[in-house]
Amino acid sequence: MNTQIKILKSANYIKLLQKLFDHKKNIYGPVRQGKRIGYQKINSANELATDFIIPDMSAKSFVFPCIEKLFSFTKDKENVEIQNLNLDNIPEKIIVGIRPCDALGMKSLKAIFGRDPADSIFQTRLERTTFIGYACNQADDYCFCTSINGGPGNTEGSDILLTKTDSGDYIAEIITPKGESIVASAPELFEDGSGLDKQKYLADVPKRFDDSNLENKMKAAFDTNVFDEYAIRCIGCAACAYVCPTCACFDIQDRTKGSKGERIRTWDSCGLKLFTLHTSGHNPRETQGVRWRQRLMHKFSYMPERLEVRGCVGCGRCSRRCPVDMNIAESINIITDENII
Amino acid sequence: MEQNIYLPYRMKIVKITEEAPFVRTFRLEFINPEEGEKFTFKTGQFAEYSVFGEGESTFCIASPHTRKGYVECTFRQAGRVTTALSNLEEGDLIGFRGPYGNIFPIDQWKDKNLVFIAGGIALPPMRSVIWSCLDNRGNYKEITVFYGAKTANDLVYKHELKEWEERPDIKLYTTVDPGGETPDWKGEVGFVPAIVDKFAPTAENTIAIVCGPPVMIKNTFPVLKKLGFADENIYTTLENRMKCGFGKCGRCNVGKTYVCKDGPVFTAAQLAELPNEY
Ligand SMILES: Cc1cc2nc3c(=O)[nH]c(=O)nc-3n(C[C@H](O)[C@H](O)[C@H](O)COP(=O)(O)OP(=O)(O)OC[C@H]3O[C@@H](n4cnc5c(N)ncnc54)[C@H](O)[C@@H]3O)c2cc1C
Ligand code: SF4
Ligand code: SF4
Ligand code: FES
Repeated sequence: MNTQIKILKSANYIKLLQKLFDHKKNIYGPVRQGKRIGYQKINSANELATDFIIPDMSAKSFVFPCIEKLFSFTKDKENVEIQNLNLDNIPEKIIVGIRPCDALGMKSLKAIFGRDPADSIFQTRLERTTFIGYACNQADDYCFCTSINGGPGNTEGSDILLTKTDSGDYIAEIITPKGESIVASAPELFEDGSGLDKQKYLADVPKRFDDSNLENKMKAAFDTNVFDEYAIRCIGCAACAYVCPTCACFDIQDRTKGSKGERIRTWDSCGLKLFTLHTSGHNPRETQGVRWRQRLMHKFSYMPERLEVRGCVGCGRCSRRCPVDMNIAESINIITDENII
Repeated sequence: MEQNIYLPYRMKIVKITEEAPFVRTFRLEFINPEEGEKFTFKTGQFAEYSVFGEGESTFCIASPHTRKGYVECTFRQAGRVTTALSNLEEGDLIGFRGPYGNIFPIDQWKDKNLVFIAGGIALPPMRSVIWSCLDNRGNYKEITVFYGAKTANDLVYKHELKEWEERPDIKLYTTVDPGGETPDWKGEVGFVPAIVDKFAPTAENTIAIVCGPPVMIKNTFPVLKKLGFADENIYTTLENRMKCGFGKCGRCNVGKTYVCKDGPVFTAAQLAELPNEY
């Protein structure tokens, strides 16, 4: 569908949320939690954080929870019964305040979980989630969305994108049918905004590296020592993967209590030594440098080649969160700097 | 509702064969016969086998696709899941999810000679192909098998080796590492690559299939090249650690190649293109 532009007065935004609460919708949004900004379920618009750069964790867990049941089973000496998931029980959710980078990240996740064979658990979660995004009017030194085809006002992945204007009112872009159905629940709150330009309200995010031909530059760097050199200080904690909106690697495990159990999938990371370790002791990715190379190659070379989408949206979280200040944009900058390779 | 791709079939262990120390074969039948009737696979594919409450483990399907109604796996007790599997008895129930991965293109091998070269516990993937070819014996010319293990006791499928030895339409060379022979050992003594070199199978109109520990594969490829085998005619399998089996969990890739989707079967020519991450 064509994106429609509307005006949503700030008071009307509050009313819109109120209306959605009245309709018993599950609404989640960024809330100030001490020093952190985290998504949580809200019951009133007052709970929403204002004036923040980006939530500490991405919105990925709404569609790909950190620990997720795949099915349950009951087991006794003679028999095992399997109880399949009932996907009908997955609730509909509305996420407000998702940043454009995180919304764009859904495209990477979709490419991984949607490839044949499609993962119906992920797909159902995504189908039942509506994203009302906030365009960014401020950024920090870690943000690099503009270096990888994203941007502070990028609409991809959001159902509605709100850009706050100087007056506090919003330019609302209605991007998808899901967005339209939100408007349809309170059409009187939206005014025509055609012709309005959000550009001047957006944060200025400078380019941190030149992404032209990045896929091939990554390939050319594969056998050089840039990854080893850069990853010397990496302690392999995998924090970068857990905060990342596009990292999708997981483990599959069982957990039991008495005769009942469930098979679960849990977030995992290529940064961890155990990720690829064989029982024999052989490890195809032996060093942290090789594991860092895998992280970057996967995001900027393998995914574009195999799934036609990059595995990074430039949110900068991995670098903000890294305990030893590994910086992905800096690492790519070293690789794309022709003087070095 | 759409299918849950993580849901295993429930299988009954109908037969356990002790193959060698710490190595067993399970014959598995579908608890739900309808699922069994619908189930098909091709030789070379693998699956996820699970003990409920302990987790899943990746093994190839060791039985040939020409035999219906059951699947077999042969596994070595190594860690958590394989130990739990080893503690099971006939009649017990396990989970089975698959088949996954690509196949040995045996239909393209019609009217060719086949040379199978296996080491240690790597016979299972090979055994599936060997029987699939023997069950359509007329399709192939000479079939030769080289199989080696550390000691005579470590050879798996001993009863089938005996059967192959007696069949006129398949040539079998078994070997054990120096020092691994028993007093009544009648086979060869020496490492697999050396035995292949000694009996020098012709490369003419021949496909070679090599499965074994990395060091055996590494030392066998040069011998085959010396005998005149082109890389395109040498097949092998990779065993990167796996969880999902279908290209999502992210751990089995070698460069952009996913062993679970694009493999586990590769030609030596394809391997030469891959970075050394296996
Ligand atoms: C395509 C393929 C086919 C295989 N076929 C066979 C076979 O026919 N017979 C056989 O005995 N073994 C086979 N293996 C190896 C087998 O998967 C491992 O030995 C087994 O998973 C060890 O599991 P564990 O839980 O007992 O060990 P643990 O050390 O407790 O396992 C930890 C985890 O590591 C993983 N893992 C560890 N080593 C390997 C490995 N080498 N390959 C894959 N995953 C590993 C398992 O998923 C397991 O969940 C195959 C592996 C692959 C990838
Ligand atoms: S890059 Fe930083 S956050 Fe990521 S594994 Fe290394 S030390 Fe941890
Ligand atoms: S790799 Fe880092 S910058 Fe890129 S999307 Fe993930 S967390 Fe954000
Ligand atoms: S086993 Fe999960 S991606 Fe290959």
